[in-house]
Amino acid sequence: MSGHPAAFSLRMLRRSLRAGELRVLLAALVIAVASVTSVGFFTDRVRGAMDQQASEMLAADRVVESNRPLRPAWRAAAGAAGLAQAETWAFRSVVMVGDRLELAEVKAVDAGYPLRGALRIADTAFGSERVPEGPPAAGTAWVEPRLLQALGLRVGDSLLLGELSLTVAAVLAYEPDRGGEVFNIAPRLLMNLADVPATRLIQTGSLVNYRLLLAGEPQALARFQERVQPTLGPADRLLGVRDARPELRAALERAERYLGLAALVSVMLASVAVATAAHRYARRELDGAAVMRCLGASQGFLTTAFGLQLAWLALAGALLGIAVGYGAQALMVGLFGGLFAAHLPPPSPLPALFGLVTALVTLAGFALPPLLAVRQVPPLRVLRRDLLPLPPRAHVVYGAALAALAGLMLWQSRDPALAAVVLGGALVTVGVLALAAWTLVAALRGLRQAGSVSWRFGLAALTRRARSTVAQVVAFGVGIMVLLVLTLVRTDLMNEWRARLPPDAPNHFLVNVQPDQLAELRGFFRARGLAEPGLYPMVRGRLVAINEREVSAADYQDSRAQRLVRREFNLSWNARLPEGNQLSGGRWWSGAAGGEWSVEQGLAETLGIGLGDRLVFSVAGQRVDGRVSSLRTVAWDSFNVNFFVLGPPGVLEAYPASYITSFHLAPEAKPLLAELVRQFPNVTVIDVDALMERVRDIMDRVSHAVEFVFAFTLAAGLAVLFAAVQASREERLREAAVLRTLGARRRHILGALVVEFAVLGALAGLLAATAAAGLGAVLASVVFDFGYDLNGWVWLVGAVGGALGVGVAGLAGTHRVLVQPPLWTLRRV
Amino acid sequence: MTAIVEARGLTKQVSSPEGTLTILDDVTLAIEAGEAVAIVGASGSGKSTLLGLLAGLDLPSAGRVILSGNDLAQLDEDGRAALRARTLGFVFQSFQLLPSLTALENVMLPLELAGAAHARSEARALLERVGLAARAGHYPNQLSGGEQQRVAIARAFATGPKLLLADEPTGNLDTRTGARIIDLLFELNAEHGTTLALVTHDAHLAARCGRQLVLEAGCLA
Repeated sequence: MSGHPAAFSLRMLRRSLRAGELRVLLAALVIAVASVTSVGFFTDRVRGAMDQQASEMLAADRVVESNRPLRPAWRAAAGAAGLAQAETWAFRSVVMVGDRLELAEVKAVDAGYPLRGALRIADTAFGSERVPEGPPAAGTAWVEPRLLQALGLRVGDSLLLGELSLTVAAVLAYEPDRGGEVFNIAPRLLMNLADVPATRLIQTGSLVNYRLLLAGEPQALARFQERVQPTLGPADRLLGVRDARPELRAALERAERYLGLAALVSVMLASVAVATAAHRYARRELDGAAVMRCLGASQGFLTTAFGLQLAWLALAGALLGIAVGYGAQALMVGLFGGLFAAHLPPPSPLPALFGLVTALVTLAGFALPPLLAVRQVPPLRVLRRDLLPLPPRAHVVYGAALAALAGLMLWQSRDPALAAVVLGGALVTVGVLALAAWTLVAALRGLRQAGSVSWRFGLAALTRRARSTVAQVVAFGVGIMVLLVLTLVRTDLMNEWRARLPPDAPNHFLVNVQPDQLAELRGFFRARGLAEPGLYPMVRGRLVAINEREVSAADYQDSRAQRLVRREFNLSWNARLPEGNQLSGGRWWSGAAGGEWSVEQGLAETLGIGLGDRLVFSVAGQRVDGRVSSLRTVAWDSFNVNFFVLGPPGVLEAYPASYITSFHLAPEAKPLLAELVRQFPNVTVIDVDALMERVRDIMDRVSHAVEFVFAFTLAAGLAVLFAAVQASREERLREAAVLRTLGARRRHILGALVVEFAVLGALAGLLAATAAAGLGAVLASVVFDFGYDLNGWVWLVGAVGGALGVGVAGLAGTHRVLVQPPLWTLRRV
Repeated sequence: MTAIVEARGLTKQVSSPEGTLTILDDVTLAIEAGEAVAIVGASGSGKSTLLGLLAGLDLPSAGRVILSGNDLAQLDEDGRAALRARTLGFVFQSFQLLPSLTALENVMLPLELAGAAHARSEARALLERVGLAARAGHYPNQLSGGEQQRVAIARAFATGPKLLLADEPTGNLDTRTGARIIDLLFELNAEHGTTLALVTHDAHLAARCGRQLVLEAGCLA
């Protein structure tokens, strides 16, 4: 056959696209590529920002961090190495204005801060920004807009921090080492280090993060590191730029992985649409291919022509998808707005490459097998239309599809085990959903006995195209399920959890209470007719050894275990088993005990501690040891004061302690807090309600981002629907024409279509609701530890929402059968 | 005798890349109640188009069709559909059973569209009449060509139509099966006192009709 296959394939593609043959396939491809590239572009930009600004995110080149005051020897070593230095102290405290209280993350800095990057301040919240000359002057503070709003402050007003009154001199717009807002519970207050003593906030038991910031030449930094590293204690850490905001980096990696895999769910569903559309296209190309074979085209020519056609299509789909994905990531950045303080740099081309590969792999896995079968069409088909090529073997079709998906998963997760788990999980989930969908579809047959023509005909259409129906139910089911989990079920779980708290559950914590304030504090509550809260002593100690073995963070893989070992524990003592605690092993100590510990069950599991183990804590420089004589479970969500590790009375009393309490305060009694802080300025009040509000806000934003990614799943579901509608188009037109010929009115046919798509959507919604409720029940029992009362709304919303959404989309896809003149039927025969 | 269907000056033109194509040109005819009329002619002579226009499945470019006393041009598509449901039965060359419905449901269909009260029992009786009672629950793809056409005939007679239109009813069947189908068609036609208009190539079939209308290039010869 004359003509080059490349040019021929382009002509063929143009013709097919113009005739609408490949539009659904192209659209499915665009959805698949857009969903993976939007996530890719987004995470790539955030990572780019982190890499570019790594030094800035530390506000230095190196940082020595400790929860003890900085040692003078470090400053001397830095001075000797010729490094620039700055010092910061960070702690949480309550800020007060009049009767209003707000928890703030206080950071006190000296004149050198920041060594890398720059602060930006403004005169009004979100006003025009400028770079200040140095840190806040003594007697002044710069605060984040959130704190201004919460306290009704303006620049120039005063606030009370501990015993010190500070003037708000500016709004803090940007702080290089602030990282993301996700990890900061309270707004920032930046002050001068010289003012800290006057606040009288730093006392025994205060939780302070001390940092020595350093900057200079690499050799000087190396010299410093060499000298200081061996002197660091377990409470001290030397941070390089790679260690800047490790929690942010870990969160990003997790987000990249899981959002990426979520995006692949859309790819999976879009692939179903691609396969459906490709099968139909291949069937329609049979006649043309038979004629071409008659006219002398070789199988090789057809293979090349169809292969190239797919390649062009992949390229077009990838380009369009990348463009859509790029637009979508901009929306994601907007959704996360504020969670990332830094300005994001433009993305690298890597996500676009992944988009192109996704397009190629999807087409190769799902569209190539049916199209390649076309080349085997017998030329005799020009005379005998019933002659068909051998269909591609099932193992080729499914093998190619599975290999394509597995490859994409592996690339996306960069972790074979995770990819295997997710692919396996996805296949099992889809399998279970498909089985359930199949059962539901089969059950529809029974419903055909009763009802009108439209009802019977609509249901008949679903059961007749059962495979396609099941694919669509699964596709929509997955999308609707995720939406239900993220909206109804999530709110439900949160509400249920909150409803389970007794109405008088403590909603405030007081920390940092000094021993000499106990009597006065009790008196404060008594004088106002309030129940005296239980005040619990708290001694800070680091776990240094388990059974003669010295413990270090490096001994543990688990990040929680590492964190626990690195930090100091809050140790306490009690003669009796505290209320709300239950022994899960061992026995509680009797009167004359000593050298014993009672450890919380979950902590014991994380750190690998068992009954009878010897634990050594370093408290105020001394080693305190004892054997684990009991394990306890603790109802943390009671908001009562609880401790991971308790000792018997008589062991810890000799060490410096501060006290902690929690209590319930009715909303109308809140003004008491202002009095309390005025009387006890060093005491930190933590408002649990405000904290929960903040956590909920962050969860909302993260859910929105996940919902956003799953919007592509719904789009992929639509692509499956339209591919299925397209595949059944001739059949539908013919059936509608026959119905019209037999006297059916427009409303009969419209009714049948409504029944078909609404029932389809309702089935998907019911299935999704069941899966979502099941997931909610699992979360309730595993994570929240309570029984989940299934909420009937989930089913109603799922079924009605599914019926409406899919109903409208289905009618939009099939309205042409309503306007087709019935003579079509006769003309065709 | 009154005409059950009447065509006056019926013309159908369609536009094509080569200009306007006239498929039917000024056809006037009348079919009386109780008649059996064969419409014959070469391929492309406009037979199926004429049948479609008589049934109101499409509208003519010019002229009028009076079906059972109703001027089709005065009715909208739904009005014509309702008239068809009351008046007409159809038999097609390729049977045109709905593949998603069982044989019984296919026969029930026109009865339900006409709002019959006992669609199921009437359809069952008709299937029995055409010898397919045992196949009532089968889907079309589980039936042979002859069986499918028998279901189609049962469906055509279901509403007791005044006029039965058949388009090459034996075209897709072998000679023996075709002959049996023709017998069945005429038997039922006689039983129901229906008027029959059929398009055919089959000379034997045409000969069994009382009158033959010959179409040549869109005109009645």
